[in-house]
Amino acid sequence: MSDKNDPLSPARSFQGLILALQNFWARQGCVILQPYDMEMGAGTFHPATTLRALGPKPWNVAYVQPSRRPKDGRYGENPNRLQHYYQYQVILKPSPPNLQELYLQSLAAIGIDNKIHDIRFAEDDWESPTLGAWGLGWECWCDGMEVSQFTYFQQVAGFECSPVSGELTYGLERLAMYVQGVENVYDLNFNGLEGDKRVTYGDVFLQPEKEYSRHNFEYADTVMLFEQFKMAENACKKYLADGDRGEEHLMALPAYDQCIKASHVFNLLDARGVISVTERQSYILRVRELAKACGAAWLKTEGGRA
Amino acid sequence: MPDLLLELFSEEIPARMQRQAAENLKKLVTDALVNGGLVYEGAKAFVTPRRLALSIHGLPAKQPDLKEEKKGPRVGAPDGALQGFLKAAGLKSIADAKIQNDKKGDFYIAITEKKGRATQDVIAELIPSVVRSFPWPKSMRWGSGALTWVRPLHSIICTFGPETEEPEVVRFDIDGIQSGNVTRGHRVMSSGEITVRRLDDYAKKLEAARVVLDADRRKEIILADAKNIALAHGLELVEDEALLEEVAGLVEWPVVLLGEFEAAFLDIPPEVIRATIRINQKCFVLRDPKTGGLANRFILVANLEATDNGEAIKAGNARVIRARLSDAKFFWDTDRKTKLEGRLPKFGQITFHEKLGTQAARIGRIAKLAKELAPVAKADAAKAEKAATLAKADLLTEVVGEFPEVQGLMGKYYALAEGIDKEIAAACEDHYKPQGPNDRVPNAPVSIAVALADKLDTLAGFWAINEKPTGSKDPYALRRAALGVIRIVLDNKLRLPLLDGAFRKALAALPKMIEPKNVKDAPSISPEEDLLGFFGDRLKVYLRDAGARHDLVDAVFALGGQDDLVLIVRRVEALGKFLDTEDGKNLLAGYKRAANILSIEEKKDNKKYSGEPDAAKLSAPEEKALASAIKTAENEVEAALKSEDFEAAMRATAKLRAPVDAFFDKVIVNADDKAARENRLKLLNRIREATRHVADFSRIEG
Repeated sequence: MSDKNDPLSPARSFQGLILALQNFWARQGCVILQPYDMEMGAGTFHPATTLRALGPKPWNVAYVQPSRRPKDGRYGENPNRLQHYYQYQVILKPSPPNLQELYLQSLAAIGIDNKIHDIRFAEDDWESPTLGAWGLGWECWCDGMEVSQFTYFQQVAGFECSPVSGELTYGLERLAMYVQGVENVYDLNFNGLEGDKRVTYGDVFLQPEKEYSRHNFEYADTVMLFEQFKMAENACKKYLADGDRGEEHLMALPAYDQCIKASHVFNLLDARGVISVTERQSYILRVRELAKACGAAWLKTEGGRA
Repeated sequence: MPDLLLELFSEEIPARMQRQAAENLKKLVTDALVNGGLVYEGAKAFVTPRRLALSIHGLPAKQPDLKEEKKGPRVGAPDGALQGFLKAAGLKSIADAKIQNDKKGDFYIAITEKKGRATQDVIAELIPSVVRSFPWPKSMRWGSGALTWVRPLHSIICTFGPETEEPEVVRFDIDGIQSGNVTRGHRVMSSGEITVRRLDDYAKKLEAARVVLDADRRKEIILADAKNIALAHGLELVEDEALLEEVAGLVEWPVVLLGEFEAAFLDIPPEVIRATIRINQKCFVLRDPKTGGLANRFILVANLEATDNGEAIKAGNARVIRARLSDAKFFWDTDRKTKLEGRLPKFGQITFHEKLGTQAARIGRIAKLAKELAPVAKADAAKAEKAATLAKADLLTEVVGEFPEVQGLMGKYYALAEGIDKEIAAACEDHYKPQGPNDRVPNAPVSIAVALADKLDTLAGFWAINEKPTGSKDPYALRRAALGVIRIVLDNKLRLPLLDGAFRKALAALPKMIEPKNVKDAPSISPEEDLLGFFGDRLKVYLRDAGARHDLVDAVFALGGQDDLVLIVRRVEALGKFLDTEDGKNLLAGYKRAANILSIEEKKDNKKYSGEPDAAKLSAPEEKALASAIKTAENEVEAALKSEDFEAAMRATAKLRAPVDAFFDKVIVNADDKAARENRLKLLNRIREATRHVADFSRIEG
């Protein structure tokens, strides 16, 4: 483990914590991907999870995914809530028998020693109605704080996962706050340096949180967003139709991009409060239909086939 | 006699499923053993977060031998039949079959002895099938396998053998998991594998490896340690059985620690502090006997004897609790800035149910109904209406949004904080009551009116749109609502005619577009009558649980038009007492005899014998006496019922016993004289009618 005085020690810097996880999972044989270049609500939406979890091929990957939850914005005033934050996502397919052990070792790698910290696996069934996905697992507690989500995928895009992927999702800010011992996310030391070289999470993200909260709740152009939703939905269907060659599909990934887009646009509309309770359900269903169709297409591609 | 030890070692089993799983494991395995002729002396199941275990003591080493007889064709039957028989019975030649004789002649019989199998072999077959079909509420696959279990299953111990000898591993393989005699201890505080023989060394070795196998013992440890720590700090544990059960299912090695939060948080209502700490953190709260209120301490149960004596764990938990409580405090402070009244307009935008309109509309209906019910509850009508208007406002507060289980209670706090009348404030809390069989029944007049109105509106609404409970499905908790009305009415002895005083009013208040329809399969039954039938069933369940006979409830309901719960119950009670007397029992027997004769004769003649018997044609002294006794009794019963004196009505009815007995003793009903017979049958009908004033005796058993 790295030296406590090293700026890249996970206990000293946010980026150090990320790098430690990257190193750990790289050593376990994971492909370390960079974030997907689209706005999404969680790392699960990344095609490296959603689509790669389908089909029989083994797949081990880890990546940071910036996650946007427009409704969770608090104008930078809440010490724990953000409309943009980082998730660390690991997918191991098939899930190895020692996945819990690996997870505990990864916590040790970021300085959470299970000889003094009480790590617990508390029941939590995961479901994503928009992705037509569900799995069983736990939320992982460290001394009473939820630090990760641990799920064995059973179904994605309405298809049975076989083999089953094990998914680990770490809430990076929350973990960093714990290992750095700070109470306010904006006080996190980002680069591990001190004095005038020190850069905090607030230096990087406070202004965006304020601006995007305004945007998400007050100013996002709803006429445009409603239009974008329809466009993304139509484009997704079009690419699915155009790429369909019977036994084979040629454009599952571009089609799925449009599904991701529709989902994020829906989240923005929801934050703007322009979707009624009854409409909400129908939007979720529309995204799910896209996700299911993309999953079906993926299974007919090189990546999704046996 | 040999013992069996079974352990199914997995990743963390959800706490709420553990106890049932242990019971299921025991039942499935022992039932199958007994069905296979393997009777045992004792069995006990255990569960921890990571293992389900079962020990069965005193099993036989093998199944008993079974002798099976198979009857074959007659002697001399065609060869085809013989060959078929030999094949089916597994015999080589017909010489192996015995010949027996019955009335029709000689026939072959095959006697096969089925040797009992070794118990071990039975177990080796049984356990895999139990594992594969185990009734988890939810189960999953993992890795590349197809086996399902609640979470990934890692290893299985299965040993079998006599107490005095080294037991053997019962070998089987379930999707690549081979049974053995090896397990693991605590995830952090032990390492390596543990080899076990049978329950006693298994439990001891686990204990040494920091696993308390028995959930009840873990509960005892947690409770005792928590109480001791509290006592040492001059505090008292606020006991919580459900939390204790859950926490015992979250740890293999309970370590009880005391944490602290800032005293400033004690401004938050104690129920909210408790809810925050209990639900989110699974920790217990403590009471300070000096103040009677909560202390700024909490009890947490860790799964680890930490090398720093739990300092990091305490600090970590305290940190999360502090964050949670600051949220709660923020909500509590923010909520009080808006008056309950000011929240009401928002209900106009919230749908209660697609077909039943908005929450605002519903609250309007409840308020109107509460006002109308106020006289029944002896409540001030204006207060009842006001209370009903405000009672749901706390649903829109932040605290209730976060902790739905403090709904109502928060309404009371907020109402009191803004200086609202105490009776109205109390109704905010109490109108949801009673929630379950152990919950308190409201008894303050305003609370009663609102609680009734709330439940009746729910019942009428869902009845009108035909969303009634079916079988085990009751998504809107309508059975609980009806039972709530029943308990409120009976506990407070409210005189509320359900049809006119409650159901029709509640149905009439529903939105105009809903037209309560008659029952689909029985168009003659109106929704309110159907609802009354539903209440009748609930009342039966309720009274049966309270020890009353359900047939007596039926007998009273069958009178029709019975919709006053207080009177129904009093009538049932009086009837029960009456039937316990000699007079009651004999009169019931006399009634049954009369009813039997009538029904046979009426069927035979294909006509009903109703109407008054002709007094002039009564000849025998016993029938004259009976006729006059019926008249007298009816007059007395009628007078007694008018003054709602059911005991007196029963006593008056009881006077029929002697004349009825005498009548059956001396008088022949089916007389040769047709006119006399008809007159006597009419007299029997009068017995039936006379008893119907107090109950429908035909519904009474015995």
